[in-house]
Amino acid sequence: MSIDINTARRVAHLARIRVDEADLPALAGELSGILTFMEQLNEVDVDGIEPMTSVTPMRLKRRADVVTDGNIQAQILANAPDAREGFFAVPKVVE
Amino acid sequence: MTDALNKLTIAAARDALRAGEVTSVDLTMACMTAMDAGDGLNAFVHKTPEIALAQARAADARIAAGDAPAMCGIPLGIKDLFCTKGVPSQAASRILEGFKPEYESTVTTKLFDAGAVMLGKLNMDEFAMGSSNETSCYGNVVNPWRRGNDTTPLTPGGSSGGSAAAVAADLCLAATGTDTGGSIRQPAAFTGIVGIKPTYGRVSRWGVVAFASSLDQAGPMTKTVRDAAIMLGAMAGADAKDSTSADIPVPDFEAALTGDIRGKKIGIPREYRMEGMPAEIEALWAEGRAMLKDAGAEIVDISLPHTKYALPAYYVIAPAEASSNLARYDGVRYGHRAKLGQGDGITEMYEKTRAEGFGKEVQRRIMIGTYVLSAGFYDAYYNRARKVRALIKRDFEQAFAAGIDAILTPATPSSAFGLGEMADADPVAMYLNDVFTVTVNLAGLPGIAVPTGLDAQGLPLGLQLIGRPWEEGALLNHAYVLETAAGFVSKPAKWW
Repeated sequence: MSIDINTARRVAHLARIRVDEADLPALAGELSGILTFMEQLNEVDVDGIEPMTSVTPMRLKRRADVVTDGNIQAQILANAPDAREGFFAVPKVVE
Repeated sequence: MTDALNKLTIAAARDALRAGEVTSVDLTMACMTAMDAGDGLNAFVHKTPEIALAQARAADARIAAGDAPAMCGIPLGIKDLFCTKGVPSQAASRILEGFKPEYESTVTTKLFDAGAVMLGKLNMDEFAMGSSNETSCYGNVVNPWRRGNDTTPLTPGGSSGGSAAAVAADLCLAATGTDTGGSIRQPAAFTGIVGIKPTYGRVSRWGVVAFASSLDQAGPMTKTVRDAAIMLGAMAGADAKDSTSADIPVPDFEAALTGDIRGKKIGIPREYRMEGMPAEIEALWAEGRAMLKDAGAEIVDISLPHTKYALPAYYVIAPAEASSNLARYDGVRYGHRAKLGQGDGITEMYEKTRAEGFGKEVQRRIMIGTYVLSAGFYDAYYNRARKVRALIKRDFEQAFAAGIDAILTPATPSSAFGLGEMADADPVAMYLNDVFTVTVNLAGLPGIAVPTGLDAQGLPLGLQLIGRPWEEGALLNHAYVLETAAGFVSKPAKWW
């Protein structure tokens, strides 16, 4: 499977990473090289094998449905690049 | 004993502290002097001398009061991937520039509760993605080892390259590392130290910046196997904040170091005999087999038939998980946000922030992960890789079911290479560094790298032992036997 420039542009957008038009051919080439390497997986007979979902057999733990944290607004906002009036601030989303 | 306290092992320092022969403040001062003199290695990237001295004084008070766990008063380096409260924790990425966590990771909490001292944060590959420590926003780490009189700077390996260099150069007594595909074991082998990746779930991942959640495990990087046993005991244990951490009691790992492995079966997987493997690595492996046999173990040839497919499966699964985990870096809640132009909306903010904040290798892996998870390719790549992963795990289960106690392999396909030597290579060529280690992460098993020899250029080489799940004690004991038999005592000649 080889990745063309349009696919590279689409993947970059899906990943929300800006890539200059001039850099797309090189990116497409690199991604194609990695995918070619992955294609070895097609040699493996995986009939009847379930995809692995849990590294070690374990029941996912549950905890009591109680509040364990809260009232830490200042801590949550402490690292924000832009916080105003107790909120995270971002550029206008809706016109 | 005030001479070269930074060169002590954890075990020796612990005994000296308990005997009152030395104080934690002495140890910490000696390490801070070595740390400052070691700036040329670029291992420590955020130093925390005030925290270290406060912790050392508190440790001395505890020791004086007779309340001294094994790690009490021991000066450590902490990989930048661990969130440490109020101290920069940026996973060696520009995108987390300025980030100071409001909380403490479970591993560092446990270490500090045990009285350990933090000297500072250690360099690494950006988001732990790399095998040479060349993708860091702080610049390369330099390996304290050199090829004889040749001054070419060498890689310490990665991603825990700062941890490995700091321990090998005696800037600290030990360090924390993390291992997603070999990031503890490969740098340990490149710098002549010990590094163990525990069983998946043994150590809490809470507060460790996530790369690939089903593969990541933290572990100790130390000067000896005994130190690894001591420090792992302080790091391990169930944690309500990590639902994948296991409710299994943590045994006394140090007590498992009996040196007796008579009658144990050591598997030698034929698939690890790679085409084009350097003769020195072959010879090292053969020596390791002979050492374990001399100690009374039985050497058994085994087959792990899906080994060849571990790297391609890893390079589907790890980027897929990374692409989801790293979606959180969006310039809203923490870290870097790009300067926006007139009329830029939220999509431009995301795209510019992530383009500026992530380095090339991280961007590449996020995009590969995005691609293999995208509609139409999910089954062909991601699900197929997870099925192959199940087969790789089954290979190990069958070997252990047949009575194998531990598996012996080389740790790396070569000794440390020069910084920049792989710059023009294909990304895939760099990925091959993890060829012997990545299977262990896919199968969730414990694995340890032990230094056992030097190559013709005078650089350290290591062997890897792989153990049964949850049997780190037995694994450490096998490693202890190997360490004792190999008698590796070489240290890098100080040039920095």
